[in-house]
Amino acid sequence: MAPSATATPRSGFLARRQRSYRLFIVPALVVIGAVIIFPWMFTVWMSMFDWKIGSVAHFVGAENYVRLVGNQRFHEAVVHTIYFTALAVVAPLVLGTIAALIFHREFPFRGLLRSIFTLPMMATPVAIALVWTMMFHPQQGVLNYLLSLVGLPPSLWVYSPTLVIPSLVLVEVWHWTPLVMLIVLGGLAALPVEPYESARLDGASEWQLFRYITLPLVAPFLFVAAVIRTIDAIKAFDTIFVITQGGPGTASETINLYLYLQAFAFYNVGNASAVVVVFFLIILALALLLLHVRKRTQWT
Amino acid sequence: MDVTGAVAAPPPPQARRGRWRRRLRKTGFAFSVAVIVSPAILVFLWMLSLALKNESDNSAYPPVFIPSPPTWSNFIQVFTENSMGLYFWNSIVVSGSATLIALLVGIPAGYGIARAQAHRLTVLILIARMTPALSYLIPLFTVFQFLGLNNTLTALAITHLVITVPIVVYVMAGHFETLPRELEEAALIDGGSVWTSFRHVALPLARPGIVVGTILAFIFSWNNFVFSAVLAGRTTRTLPAAVYNVLTFEQLAWGPLAAAAIIVTLPVLLLTVLIQKEIVTGLTAGGVKGA
Repeated sequence: MAPSATATPRSGFLARRQRSYRLFIVPALVVIGAVIIFPWMFTVWMSMFDWKIGSVAHFVGAENYVRLVGNQRFHEAVVHTIYFTALAVVAPLVLGTIAALIFHREFPFRGLLRSIFTLPMMATPVAIALVWTMMFHPQQGVLNYLLSLVGLPPSLWVYSPTLVIPSLVLVEVWHWTPLVMLIVLGGLAALPVEPYESARLDGASEWQLFRYITLPLVAPFLFVAAVIRTIDAIKAFDTIFVITQGGPGTASETINLYLYLQAFAFYNVGNASAVVVVFFLIILALALLLLHVRKRTQWT
Repeated sequence: MDVTGAVAAPPPPQARRGRWRRRLRKTGFAFSVAVIVSPAILVFLWMLSLALKNESDNSAYPPVFIPSPPTWSNFIQVFTENSMGLYFWNSIVVSGSATLIALLVGIPAGYGIARAQAHRLTVLILIARMTPALSYLIPLFTVFQFLGLNNTLTALAITHLVITVPIVVYVMAGHFETLPRELEEAALIDGGSVWTSFRHVALPLARPGIVVGTILAFIFSWNNFVFSAVLAGRTTRTLPAAVYNVLTFEQLAWGPLAAAAIIVTLPVLLLTVLIQKEIVTGLTAGGVKGA
């Protein structure tokens, strides 16, 4: 991430200065310790208790974890999370790459159109989710009207147990394709020209140029986008909560939604904490993967 | 699609056919631009349309697209009947103070990390930003319950530090690393302390980084929903939770709901326009949203 420390001779003076630089970090460490590290440790501790808010906590050791292994609803939540994440990673990745290829070219109003295209990325998720809720409405929603315009039958969207996850992914795609586009666009900007010239002389087609030159060269960027997208999709909450609250039934209940209900609908703190720990380990694995990739691609 | 961005020159003998093909290509390209940009713009326009129409137009089928005449009544209603003003103020207080505290501790920390090469800390920050927000919420909720702080803006602002501190530290560390050390060295050789070289040399130079860090921290905090949904009471909700709670439960009218959604997200969109380029850096720093 940074150029490694230049080989400076370590004198007492420099060591003292190094210490005073470290003092600058202390206030932030105190805050991080209080609001981030303490909750982590408290969660692990709580996960070993049978504890509902308002009642006495009993130490149960690993029982919360053991129960999770046999918990049907948790299993389903894991499956929903994997399904949702897979779709919410692949679709924005494909569309984002296509969009990046388009925005990489020169055309009138490119800057303006790119700004418009990237607007969804920062929009407040709850506000966007509410608008999509209205758009998904089976009777009065604008989406079914648009379907009828092109002669397609109306859809139940988020009211159908089989369509709910793809529909939610649609919102996710709308929200996060711009981020993938921006990352890939950064990769395209760094492409060398020479390979294209020589490949053209050899009579390569546009598709071959893309498949054998562009794609391998932007692959590291695509990979970074994929990892970031995975981490975000796995923790998706606002959109799902606002639009379906995990429904219909439990058809769109992901790990995060299950976690929320355990903690703040049933106040089952012990069980919820065990879910957090498992969830955290999954994400930590992904985080290490991301760091590994960052190191290898030298990309910041 | 032309992947490389270069347009091949057509051979002269078939100039007319070449021109036709070029025109066709151009139209095709314009069409693909329209396809890729339109979802973004259409959802926002639809949001605006819902907010500016009266209720009978909003429930009409087929849908009415252009409000005629446009009405401000939905906006007036959410401010007068749903105390939007109060929630807006709550959001400003919570996100404002969480951002301010994050700047106070985060700017020096970023500087310290960059100069002491303490990169293990950036790893910690990255992991923190990847952890789902709910994993902080359960312990903090329990502690606030114990301290009697639930339903207060203070508790909310403290919780929002989970979002703002990592992003400010991360952005500032990255920014200070790009600043040349020579000027600070000069100040140190002239007998200044590490603090004076930070305060009078590095800090003024770091202004662009501070602006980016401030805006990103404020946006992420502003957009956060789940902290307020769990920790806030009726009068201490921030905007996203208020829009979700108050409006969806007390009324099912689409116009006011869309108006409220616009009020929540418009400030963010305006801030986004200010720091477009830098946003990618902030977003790719690991986790994106709070949840």
